Parts: sequence; structure tokens; C-alpha cells
Amino acid sequence: MRRSLSVRVLRIAFALMSFLGLVAATATACGSSNSSEGSSNSGSLAGSLTVSAASSLQGAFNAMAAAFEQAHPEVDVMVNFGASSTLAQQIIAGAPVDVFASADETNMTKVSNARLLSGTPTIFATNSLEIIVRRGNPSKIAALSDLSKSGVVYITCAPDVPIGTYGAQVLQKAGVTLSPASFEPDVKGIVAKVSAGEADAGIVYATDVSATKGAAEGVAIPANINVVAKYPIAAISSSSNNAAAQAWIAFVAGSDGQQILAQFGFGAS
Amino acid sequence: MNNQARGRRRSAALRRPPIAILVIAAIAVAFFALPFLGLLWRVPWSDAWSLLTTPTSLTALRLSIETSLWATALSIVFGVPLAWVLARHGFPGRRIVRALCLLSLVLPPVVGGVALFTAYGRRGLLGDPLFETFGIRLPFSMAGVVLAQTFIAMPFLVLTVEAALRGLDRRPEDAARTLGASRWYAFRRVTLPAIRPALIAGAVLAWARALGEFGATITFAGNFPGRTQTMPLAVYLALESNPGQALVLSVVMIAISFGVLLSLRDRWLGGADSIGADR
Repeated sequence: MRRSLSVRVLRIAFALMSFLGLVAATATACGSSNSSEGSSNSGSLAGSLTVSAASSLQGAFNAMAAAFEQAHPEVDVMVNFGASSTLAQQIIAGAPVDVFASADETNMTKVSNARLLSGTPTIFATNSLEIIVRRGNPSKIAALSDLSKSGVVYITCAPDVPIGTYGAQVLQKAGVTLSPASFEPDVKGIVAKVSAGEADAGIVYATDVSATKGAAEGVAIPANINVVAKYPIAAISSSSNNAAAQAWIAFVAGSDGQQILAQFGFGAS
Repeated sequence: MNNQARGRRRSAALRRPPIAILVIAAIAVAFFALPFLGLLWRVPWSDAWSLLTTPTSLTALRLSIETSLWATALSIVFGVPLAWVLARHGFPGRRIVRALCLLSLVLPPVVGGVALFTAYGRRGLLGDPLFETFGIRLPFSMAGVVLAQTFIAMPFLVLTVEAALRGLDRRPEDAARTLGASRWYAFRRVTLPAIRPALIAGAVLAWARALGEFGATITFAGNFPGRTQTMPLAVYLALESNPGQALVLSVVMIAISFGVLLSLRDRWLGGADSIGADR
């Protein structure tokens, strides 16, 4: 029996739709699993804890999540990394998040202004900026002024992303004007494209350069024109697991957390 | 005749779906409809026009239309011959070739973008000689956007056209050949007109997919207004800085896609709104 064309097209469409449906179902299943469980037993910590953290904290917070879970086996920590601006926007839109750790104070203030914080944010880490260049530094970049050499592909982030603003501040202090080839959605986008050799340089956090483990190199920016990025952390007022949220913040600010942050190259608060 | 009609009516009654199916289907419809209603409800309608006519919006819109049309053209030029070979010629490893060419359909687009890097990036397999010899750099360029869109969208055209070619009655073609038409002539004057509905449908699907492409584009081509920032990228980035603008741009994209799908069903597939399976 020959099937008509429209039926065939519809079948293909159905196959596509069921595939997409599957994706959506998995996504929602993942999303719903972090709803409150452990809020009832307030004695010992339990349940799930969702932390939204700036991309630059990826290495340090993953290590901390492992250490925290070891100390509190009943708690299941999930860290959601992204541009601080994206995370702030998600929280304001009602994302079920317990703790927010931002790479700048601007985005923390956005969440604070939406009256979604419980308590005041504390600064738990600092970071400085470096120029990230390709492995072997083939473009021979030694200072910020070299970024304006012809043929150098410089990429940055949009101004809403903390690193986009920090980078612009540094360039302004150095009196360098650049035309970026791309505005990446977060700092990891810059790191990935420079590590892959598609772009020549960008301005990122010093911790991001060391996290590439040699896939890219860093060029120091003098302290007098560098910017100190301050990382605030706070619990979200709608948190269903406030006990665990407070414990996480105490852990990050405490000696164990600070030691891990130092290992990943962050400065002390 | 009459008997037949009655029989058809009776079978139609027998085939009426059970209530449970109707209810579940209604839930499914609501599942799809609600997000769009939500979007329409949130849009700041009073500022809609001014948000839509900002330079960012207009630049992204123009770039999106331009690149997606290029991607569609490339999909047709390369996709139709590919579909032909897949549908008509048995060769060893055809199933593998077919799966390979349709892989980007099911791949997360970001993964597609990373893969594009390794091939067409400045240090990629083909990209490296391309850059060293001709100074052509695809990432961060409009051509890079077109490449990413074509990579993601072409399978839609290939699938549709291949299905049509497989289902095609080959006798008219054979007759043309017997009557002395060249292979090329028979393809152009007999085969192509016969698969035209599928070709148009496939091209429209590919175009719509190219228009909505996000993951591969931002991964491979980056994001720069006027050069690589297409509508979906603009929506994503505006979500943080200017949510109203993101909503207005989303509505424009939905309107375009919805219009395309509507016209696709009614005009080009023939037998509009046909119900049932085998005819």
C-alpha cells in the first residue's frame, strides 16, 4: 500500500514531536526532583539543596559540593552554573533555588531588589582578571595594548554578564578600545573558544585560566589597572530547605570552604 | 456508490475515539497552547512597536532572514541530490551514510557546534588549510552562521524529499526515458515536478529550523550584533537585559513559525487536513 506524502510528512513530524516530548519529559523529571523533601526534619540536615553559582565558581563549587555531601550525607547538593545575570534572572522568574552565589554585586542586588533574599549577602571570595590567550601565545600578547593589534580575535561577554563589565572596566583604565568578535553568553564561552583556538584572546578571571590546565595561557594584568571581583552569597527567601542553605553558606565562608577556594586560585574575602 | 458511502459512515462511527483519548489529547493541546498564551499575556503590548523597531531587534531580524534563506538554498542544492542517492541507489553502507547525514537532527545542537569547530574552525580539519591558504575564517562570521544553520536544518529537507522519492510512481520516469529523454531531462521535467510538494514542504521545514537555530550558532559562530546575532540569540541575551524586548521578539518568531506551519498544511501538502492513515 502506498502512503500519501502528507501522511509520510506527518509521520516524520510525529517522530520528531515524540522525540522532543521525551526530551521535555526528562527535563521536567529532573526539574521536579529537587522539590522540597528534607524541610520537615529540622534536626539533622537532609533533602536536596540547589545552589545557583557563577560560571567561574565551577571547579571550586563542585569540589565543595563533594566535601559538603561527605559532611552531610543526607543532603543532595545540586549546583547550577551560569552567567550571574542568567541565574539572577532565573531566580527572579521563580526558579526553585536555595542559595545564590554571584560573581558581582550588581546581579545580587537585582535579586535583593526583588525581595527574594533571606538575610544580607556576604562576600566570600575575590578574583582578579587576566588576559587569556591561546596555548603557546601565538599572537604574542604581552599586555592589554597588544589586544588591539590587527588580526587579533578578541572576544568578551555582554555587559550584563559580570565579566563583560569587569573586562570593559579594565580596558577603560588601560585606555584600550577594542572591537570584539563575539559577546559570549558567559565566561566559560570565552575560555572555550580561546582554548579551542578559534579566538586569540579575552579577559577572564585568573581562576578560569588555571582551570584550563594548560589548554590556554594567562597574561597578567598589572594591579593598578586590574579589577577585584567580589563574590557575594546569600540564601533565597523562598528556599524550602533553609537549614541546608545556611549550612552551605557557613561552609563556603568557613575554613574548609576558604581552603578549597584558595586551591582554585580565589582570593580571600 | 451508496452502499459504499453508508459503509464509510458506519466505519467512521466505529472509529470514533474513546472519551479518555479525547481528554488526554485535550490536555496535550493545552500543554502546547499555554506557554504561548503565557507569552502573549506577558508581552508589554504598549511598548511592543518601539521594542521591535530598536536597532538590535531589526538587525537580528534582518540577519536571521538573510542567513536562514541562505541555509535553505544550500539545503536544497545539496539536500535534493543527497535524498535522491539515499532513496534510489543501493550501495554498501547506505544505512550508515543515511544515519550520518541525519545525525544532526537528533544531536544536541551545541554538540553539533563543537563538532563544527573541529572540522571547519580555524584549527579544524578543513578550517585550518582554509585559513592558512585563503585566510577564510568561518567562526564569528555570517558564513559561519549559515554553515551552522545548514548543518542543523538540511536533514529536514533530506528526510522529506527522500520519503517522497521512495513513494513516487516511477513509471512516468521510465516512460520518459524510453521515449528518449536524458537522465537529467527526466529528472528535471518528470521527477522534480512530481516531488514538488515534498520539496517545498521540506524546504519550508528546513527554513523554519534554520530560523530557530540557537545552540550550534552560538557555539560555532559566536554572538555579535549584525554579524552573528540572529533572532534566537538576541532573544536569549535580551532576556537578561531587556525582558520586554525578548518577549516581543519571541512573539515575532512564533508568528512566523505558526504562519509557516499553517500554510504548509493547507497549501502545499495537497488534500488539506486529510484525516486517516492509508488512502
